[in-house]
Amino acid sequence: MDLYAENILDHYKHPRMQGELPDVTVQHEEKNISCGDTITVTMKVENGTISNLRWTGTGCAISQAAMSMIAEELEGKKTEAIDALTTDDIRALLHVPIGNRRVKCALLCLHTLKNALHTLRNEQMQSWTDTVGNESNAS
Amino acid sequence: MSLDSASIRRQFPLLQQKIDDHPMMYLDASATSQKPQIVLDAMNDFYTTSNANVHRGMHVLSERATTEYEKARESVRRFLNASSTDEIIFTKSSTESINLVARCYGEHFLKEGDAVLVSILEHHSNIVPWLQLKEKKGIDVRWIEVDQQGQIRMDSFESQLAEKKVKMVAITGLSNVLGTLPPLKEMIASAHKAGALVIVDAAQLAAHAQIDVQDLDCDFLAFSGHKIYGPTGIGVLYGKKDLLGAMPPFLGGGMMIKEVTRGHFVATDLPAKFEAGTPPIAEAVGLRTAIEWQKTFSWKDRQDHEREMLALALSELKKIEGLHILGPKNPDQILGCISFVVDGVHPHDLTDILGSQGICLRAGHHCAQPLHDTLGIPASTRLSISLHTTKDDILILTPAITKAIKILKK
Ligand SMILES: Cc1ncc(COP(=O)(O)O)c(C=O)c1O
Repeated sequence: MDLYAENILDHYKHPRMQGELPDVTVQHEEKNISCGDTITVTMKVENGTISNLRWTGTGCAISQAAMSMIAEELEGKKTEAIDALTTDDIRALLHVPIGNRRVKCALLCLHTLKNALHTLRNEQMQSWTDTVGNESNAS
Repeated sequence: MSLDSASIRRQFPLLQQKIDDHPMMYLDASATSQKPQIVLDAMNDFYTTSNANVHRGMHVLSERATTEYEKARESVRRFLNASSTDEIIFTKSSTESINLVARCYGEHFLKEGDAVLVSILEHHSNIVPWLQLKEKKGIDVRWIEVDQQGQIRMDSFESQLAEKKVKMVAITGLSNVLGTLPPLKEMIASAHKAGALVIVDAAQLAAHAQIDVQDLDCDFLAFSGHKIYGPTGIGVLYGKKDLLGAMPPFLGGGMMIKEVTRGHFVATDLPAKFEAGTPPIAEAVGLRTAIEWQKTFSWKDRQDHEREMLALALSELKKIEGLHILGPKNPDQILGCISFVVDGVHPHDLTDILGSQGICLRAGHHCAQPLHDTLGIPASTRLSISLHTTKDDILILTPAITKAIKILKK
């Protein structure tokens, strides 16, 4: 199936939940230096609930569309929803096969969200391998 | 006689395959070249008939392998016009060659307060080893600026030399992003006058122009086999004999010693002194074959062909709205590659879509982040020219890129 399916291009051209929040609880940025993809997530968290989530970013269609799609899912959810997110969830949202060359594009949103949560909790950041899993580069 | 690129193309088995019914259009030789059949056959023959370790043992195979390995060194010597095979060190890559100089020369002969001068055009492999030296020894790393077209600003170069702090100049022979060619001979002469040595990163240059280390008078020069139609896993360091002779060995192990006792070792003579462990033997055979194969084409024919392809690519790319070429737009000022950006279209998306039609271009910062920062862009798309590039490879680009832009443009 075509990587540049209609839904991906639609989210890329008309990103959802984009913007910046005033007085946020947590803000976190991740980059793929090698391609220049950047995503910054800002969240307002009240009693463990993500009451507001906005993001900004630049980069390729896959990285930006994936963030747009997952952002829609998360607002109003408990922060545990981010703990529970897996690479398969992102793949399912994108609904196109992601080859290893695009894994870092597709999963930049997940990596940013996971580390935003670690920032919120004063925990140690996780590495790319933690995010994508050991097999990912070999698949 | 002009170069018959269509016939050369038929010598590359990989290029005969199709990607979803599209012919394979490989325009990424700056990253790594494809290999002609003759190189693949030579390596296969070596493993089939002559494989043994080199310089150790008296049996017939060892002798054959050693002869093959040393024949490769002589072939490289001629390729660079070095005066002695003692000056030809086999490494694993350009990267390793440059690191060898940064370690074995830099760590031992440079001291705090000395400066290494690096150009903004450099690949990370000619930047990071010097930054490592800065971390280890407090050596200053300074930059030679380029103008908007990616040409070396000689005023910036000369004024830095004038301060007399610079002891090493690390300069590429050919930019792997812009295709521009720093004036090596002039720069080397100036550096020497100011008391600095010069290492040339010829990873790209070696695939596109004749190199004569004696005429250039460079002190060190590095290139990789895999970019000149040879195999991966082998690189070359050329160094002037007196410099290599004065430097301590790099890695320690077999092959690089004269004698070893319980408390002490004595390094052996050049070139083995810098070749610890079992070297890339079959790769040396492949590299020699690649060099000998290329000799069947004259440098004039090669460059005429390349400039024709570059001129065609420039005029084709100019037709695309919103596409901006980085660096000179005059084919006489570049060799090897052209990079560009497209308004509103990320290079990864563009090259992914082109790739699905069998068109292989490179996207990213091409391991030249300082250059991309200087140009004010995160990434670009690059097309490279090689011996097998035909007009068809180039002419297919404009409609394909135009179509991709239509899909992606917001
Ligand atoms: C200008 C330049 N220098 C150095 C290198 C590094 O070559 P290698 O990866 O073979 O060590 C490259 C290749 O990517 C290059 O283009």
